[in-house]
Amino acid sequence: MTEKALKLKSVFLRKQILKYIYSAKAGHTGGSLSCIDILNVLYNSVLNVDPNDFKNSTRDRYIQSKGHCVEALFVTLADRGFFPESALETLCRYQSHYIGHPTRKINGVEQNTGALGHGLSISVGEAIAAKLDQKSHRIFTLLGDGELAEGSNWEAFLSASHYKLDNLYAILDYNKQQITGNNSEVMNMNSIKDKLESFGWAVREIDGHNLIQLETNLNSGSFRKGKPNFVIAHTIKGKGVSYMEGNLKWHHGVPSPDQYALALNELNEAEALI
Amino acid sequence: MGVDKIDLKKIKNGKANQIVFSETLEKLASKDRDIIVVTSDSRGSGKLVSFGENYPQQIVEVGIAEQNLVGVAAGLASAGKKTFAISPACFLTARALEQIKNDVCYSDNPVILVGISAGVSYGALGTTHHSLHDFAALRAFNNIIIVAPADNFETEQVVRLAATSKKPIYMRYGKKQMPLLNENNTSFELGKGRVISEGQDLTIIANGETVYPAYLATKKLEIEKGLKVTVVSMHTIKPLDTALIKKLASNGKPILTVEEHMVNGGLGEACASYLMQNGFTNPFKIMGIPDEYTVTGSQIEIFNHYGLSEEGIYNACIALNDRQNNTN
Repeated sequence: MTEKALKLKSVFLRKQILKYIYSAKAGHTGGSLSCIDILNVLYNSVLNVDPNDFKNSTRDRYIQSKGHCVEALFVTLADRGFFPESALETLCRYQSHYIGHPTRKINGVEQNTGALGHGLSISVGEAIAAKLDQKSHRIFTLLGDGELAEGSNWEAFLSASHYKLDNLYAILDYNKQQITGNNSEVMNMNSIKDKLESFGWAVREIDGHNLIQLETNLNSGSFRKGKPNFVIAHTIKGKGVSYMEGNLKWHHGVPSPDQYALALNELNEAEALI
Repeated sequence: MGVDKIDLKKIKNGKANQIVFSETLEKLASKDRDIIVVTSDSRGSGKLVSFGENYPQQIVEVGIAEQNLVGVAAGLASAGKKTFAISPACFLTARALEQIKNDVCYSDNPVILVGISAGVSYGALGTTHHSLHDFAALRAFNNIIIVAPADNFETEQVVRLAATSKKPIYMRYGKKQMPLLNENNTSFELGKGRVISEGQDLTIIANGETVYPAYLATKKLEIEKGLKVTVVSMHTIKPLDTALIKKLASNGKPILTVEEHMVNGGLGEACASYLMQNGFTNPFKIMGIPDEYTVTGSQIEIFNHYGLSEEGIYNACIALNDRQNNTN
C-alpha cells in the first residue's frame, strides 16, 4: 500500500472506530485511536494473513494483549474482509460475539484476551513452537503501557530472550496514559528502553503515528539475530480528534451526538488534506 | 487370610503415580515429536530429568514463573503442540489461576495441566505447598476436565487419553507409592467412575490417594461388621459420572465421599449437589480436610488427623450405617 493509501486508510479506520463506539455506546476510544495506525500498518502492509484461509498454519500471528482496544482490531479486520462490516452493528449487544474484547469466535482473532499481562506469554509459546517446527512466520504482540505493571509480562520478557525468539515482535502502544492518569504518576515505567535492553531484547523507538516508520521497522526482519524485537511506538491517546487527544476522559468515553459530529468533521478535514 | 498381607503385596507392585506419569509420557514422546513438556524449575520434582535428557527438543523450561508456564503452554497448544504444563499443584492452580481461566479454558487451548505433589503431599512444608482448593477453583471454570487418578493404572490411562485430548485437562496426583487397586483393569474412560469393589450396604466415592485407605476400610468392615461396601474411584471430578452416582444412590443406602481436598467445593459437594437436586436423601457425609488451618505434619499424619485413613473411614462408615438404621 502507498503512503497516501495508508494515510487515507488510517483516517477511515478512525471514523469506523468512532462510528461503532458511538453506536454501541461503549468502547475504549482513546486507546483504540492511539493504536489504530499500528493495526493499519500491520494488517495492510506487514502481516501474512488471509481472511479466507485464516487458520493456515503458515500465517503470521497477531495477538492483541491490550484486548480492551478491540474496536481498533474489529474495524481493521472488517475492512480486510475477515467478516462483513454489518456484524459490527451488534458490537456489545446481547448474544453478539463482538464483545468488548477479542475472542476467537470471530474470524481473524488469534487469541482471547482482555485480562492484561496475558498476551505476551501466549506469544512466547507460539514463537517457541514456530522455532521448533522451523517455520518462518512471525509473531506480533500489541502491548499497552499500563499493562506493563503486570508482573507476568516480565516473566515473558525473560523467557523470550532466554529462547532467543527473534521471530517475536512486541509493539508497545506507548500513549503514556492509563485509566487513572499518566503512567508516570500511576506506576513509573521509565526507562522502558533500558529495562527491555537489560532483559535482552533488541529495542527500537519510533513514532507510532508515522505509518512509514511503522512499516519500515515492522517489515525489516529481526532487529538483531537471536534477540526478540521490541518496538516502542510513541503514540497519543485519542489521536486524530483534537478534543480527545491526551484527555483521560476519553479512555472509555462515548461521544455525544454533537461531539461525534465534531470528531467526524475533523477527520474529514484531515482526509481532505492527504 | 489377613488383609494386611494382601495389601502389602499390592503395594510392592505399585509405583508412585508421578513415576508412572513420567514413564508413560516418555514412551509417548518417543513416538510423537509434538508432545511438549513445559516445566517451571519442576523437572526434578516432576520426575522428568530423564525426559529432559532423552528429549531435549521436547521440553521447555520457563524457570520459577507459573503464570508464564501456563501462558507459554497455551501458545504452544494453540500452535498444535500436545502440551503438558507441569508444576506443583499448589502453585499451578493458584498463582496461574487466571492464565488457566483465560488462556486455557476460555480460549480453548487444550493444555494438559499437571499438578504434581497435590493435596497435602508436601506434608510438613505447610499450607503454602498444599493444594486443597484446586478442585473447587477449577470446577468453577467452563471447559476443563478435572482428574485425580488413584493408582498406576488410572494414571497411565489419563496420560494416554490426555495426549489426544482436544479439551483442556487438569490432572493431579501425589508422590506416594500407590498399590494397584484392581487386577481386572479392562476399560478406562474419563468421566466414568471406576468401581473397585461392590457391596449393597454402603457406597464410598473417593478419588486420588484416598481411594486406597477407603478400600482398606471396606475390607475391615466386611470382616468385622459384615458390611458389604461399594468403592468407586471417581477419578474424574468434572464431568462427574452422575449416571453412576444415580445408580449407586438408588438403593437408598448411605454414601460417603472421601477426598484429599478441603470439604468445600470438591468431589463431595459435587456429589451432594447432584443427589440433592435429584431427590436423593441417602445418609450422606463428605470427608476431606476441614475449613481450618491445616494441622501440621506429614501427609500420613494429616490424613490420620482428619480421619482420611483406614480407621477414620471405617468409623465414618459405621456412623453412617447407624444413621441409616436409626432412620429406618
